[in-house]
Amino acid sequence: MDIKLNAAKDNQSQSENIIRSNNKNALEIRDLDFYYGGFHALKNVSFDVKEKNVTAFIGPSGCGKSTLLRTLNRMYDLYPGQTAKGEINFYGENILNPKQDLNLLRSRIGMVFQKPTPFPMSIYENIAFGVRLYEKLNKRDMDDRVEWALTRAAIWNETKDKLHQSGLSLSGGQQQRLCIARVIANKPSVLLLDEPTSALDPISTGRIEELVDELKQDYTIAIVTHNMQQAARISDYTAYMYLGELVEFGLTNEIFIKPKRQETEDYITGRFG
Amino acid sequence: MSDILESKKAILAKRKRTNKIALTMSMVAMSIGMFFLLWILSVLFIKGFSSLNLEMFTVDTPAPGSAGGLRNAIVGSFMLVLTCTLISSPLGILAGIFLSEYGAKSRVAAITRFVTDIMLSAPSIVIGLFVYAAMVAQMEHFSGWAGTVALALIAIPVVVRTTENMLQLVPGSLREAAFALGAPKWKVSLMIVLRAAKSGVITGVLLALARVSGETAPLLFTALNNQFFSTNMNTPMANLPVVIFQFAMSPYDNWVSLAWGGALLITLSVLGLNILARVFFREKV
Amino acid sequence: MTTSIKNIERTSRKQHYQDVIFGLISQLSALIVLFVLLGIIVSLVINAWPALKEFGPSFFLNAQWDINREKFGGLISIYGTIVSSLIALIIATPLSFGIALFLTEICPAFLKRPLGVAIELLAAIPSIIYGMFGLFIFAPVFGDYIQPALAASLGKLPYIGILFSGAPNGIGMLCAGIILAMMILPFIASVMRDVFEIVPAVLKESAYGLGCTKWEVARHIILPYTKAGVVGGIMLGLGRALGETMAVTFVIGNAARIMPSLFAPGSSIASTLANQFGEASPGLHFSALFALGLALFIITFVILSLAKLMLIQLEKKQGKKS
Repeated sequence: MDIKLNAAKDNQSQSENIIRSNNKNALEIRDLDFYYGGFHALKNVSFDVKEKNVTAFIGPSGCGKSTLLRTLNRMYDLYPGQTAKGEINFYGENILNPKQDLNLLRSRIGMVFQKPTPFPMSIYENIAFGVRLYEKLNKRDMDDRVEWALTRAAIWNETKDKLHQSGLSLSGGQQQRLCIARVIANKPSVLLLDEPTSALDPISTGRIEELVDELKQDYTIAIVTHNMQQAARISDYTAYMYLGELVEFGLTNEIFIKPKRQETEDYITGRFG
Repeated sequence: MSDILESKKAILAKRKRTNKIALTMSMVAMSIGMFFLLWILSVLFIKGFSSLNLEMFTVDTPAPGSAGGLRNAIVGSFMLVLTCTLISSPLGILAGIFLSEYGAKSRVAAITRFVTDIMLSAPSIVIGLFVYAAMVAQMEHFSGWAGTVALALIAIPVVVRTTENMLQLVPGSLREAAFALGAPKWKVSLMIVLRAAKSGVITGVLLALARVSGETAPLLFTALNNQFFSTNMNTPMANLPVVIFQFAMSPYDNWVSLAWGGALLITLSVLGLNILARVFFREKV
Repeated sequence: MTTSIKNIERTSRKQHYQDVIFGLISQLSALIVLFVLLGIIVSLVINAWPALKEFGPSFFLNAQWDINREKFGGLISIYGTIVSSLIALIIATPLSFGIALFLTEICPAFLKRPLGVAIELLAAIPSIIYGMFGLFIFAPVFGDYIQPALAASLGKLPYIGILFSGAPNGIGMLCAGIILAMMILPFIASVMRDVFEIVPAVLKESAYGLGCTKWEVARHIILPYTKAGVVGGIMLGLGRALGETMAVTFVIGNAARIMPSLFAPGSSIASTLANQFGEASPGLHFSALFALGLALFIITFVILSLAKLMLIQLEKKQGKKS
């Protein structure tokens, strides 16, 4: 990734986090505030998520990184009392608009969770369930789509002989890749990954990381992780959050090698957090 | 010093004695419970099996003084319980879905939950009175359908509460994952959450079935009874519990014997359903 | 791209309507329970109204039940209902407590499940079976052996002696109470067992750590902690006992009078309804039976509500602690 960017000189203001580059912005987050009832969980967050790049959200627990991710597909709407203010532009369309159709939005911005969440049905049906929501495919096309998604998620070889067994019969790492395949099958443009490897063993984690690297050819990926090495390994951009604020945002290489702010450096070098 | 130790020992001995008495009483209580269970079941099996014969299943209930079987009552009970299940399961499951997925913490849901819990233990004979007033009196005749409705009103709360409890056990992350794919709420509820809780929900339906199979009081004023074989739900319908009630209270020996046979049949099916429900539940959860 | 987006938007709109419709259907199903409750109250009041108008509120305090002269009062049945239920409660409460204690604290692990299931089976046996068992098996034994023994012992005591006097017929108020006790025993025991199990292990362990015996832990830790749940369970049992029909109808004796002795036959609201409703002709008798049904419903509703509120209270406490 050779991205030319014009990093601004002044690193005190939040607007600094908006980086110009040749890549289009998939998501533009502007002045985002988030509240759990009375608790102010995200404070005036602004930055861009670049198309076909991996953006990692890091920070200590409770810093708001998962909350931030969950505003991007408005998952918080499921729970009364949670509100977001500000703007999140998804290719020019403000998804915080109350009129936004949530089902439609979520079919375009997919999400994978901390723990694998296979549905209580067969592997095949796990994939087909999401596809059938918005597309009417004949049996043949559906078969193709399932194979395609499982292949993209690098799990086809392990599952092709047992497509009609329960998704719960797979190992944890396989289940997580099944969940990624399920999301990909919907052909979203953005993938949100919420600590997708925190419940997995190191080998499964490695495979998911490889997969993320491959998937960014076609998808915009935002990943929450508490593992800084993981952020350094797989992301192009990193957002460091602390106490609901976006402390620093920039190219991963720069953040990890030469952070602009002391707090970021303290966290990254392990002196804090 | 040794005095203190002595007095401590004395107190301890007394405490231990009290403990022993209490624990013994507790075991006695358990034994009394087991004794009654075994007593009831053994009487039922001895009396029931000795009166069991093929005619019980092939001949209809007799007129006073003559011989007969229970065929019409068995078929009637079966139809009442079956129709009751067909009505109460979908309604109860839908209501359970509402309480768990839609109502959640709303006032309507809280009130419904409360009332459902009370209806779980409400006197079944009052349900019979209600259905008599609402259906039998309006249609001006007793009918199998009235019996079905009375039984369904008893079964629904059981299904509602177990369904809600079972849906609550489904992890929230599964719901979120389905929503994250863009699935609408009704599909998430029906195709993901309900499916994940399937075995528990079936357990609830089976328990409700077991509960209504033995219910007698609500049928007295609704399905009534019918000496003859009938599958017409619009007419009074023979059913095992009411036949048992009438025959057991009768002065004829062969009727009382039929009542024991019927009692055995009912108990076997109720206990069978209970055990089936447990097996179902243990299999998955 | 644009056409497929359009397609998806159309699907999404359709799903939105389906969502609303499904939500309404499920809410309606839930409301059925409320409508039924309302329907029960309304239908009972309407049908009971002629009798209540004729006899006034004293209907519930009048001990006259004369079908031929159409003079009706509910006291006999109300008295029978309350007395038989109280007898059941007095017998079932300590037994249930013992059983729950046994199942949670004393029972060896391998017996816990089978014995727990056995107690639940006791609850699953239909009430008509209890009735038949009571009438044909228990009442004769009770009349031949236990009642004479009771009359010879408790019957000699001052004041309460009269409760255990009279002919040992077997069936009667006391017999109904005992059969009811066996019926509600598993309900109370399983609620108690469930609430005993929520007592945090650390709490019990710290008491054992002080050198408490099992009984002391039960008496001073478990019982106070679960007080609301235990009382709730007992009231749940009471609610069941009050409304129980078949078991009582078989063994209470069905006599329309109030006798001081518990050996004497009586009748409860439920047994009166079961015996007379089928033959009652529309008119005052019919309406009086509905008035009895109304009284029964109100009593059980109040008792069950209190039981539920107490259990909710315990749940809240548990929520706070954990």
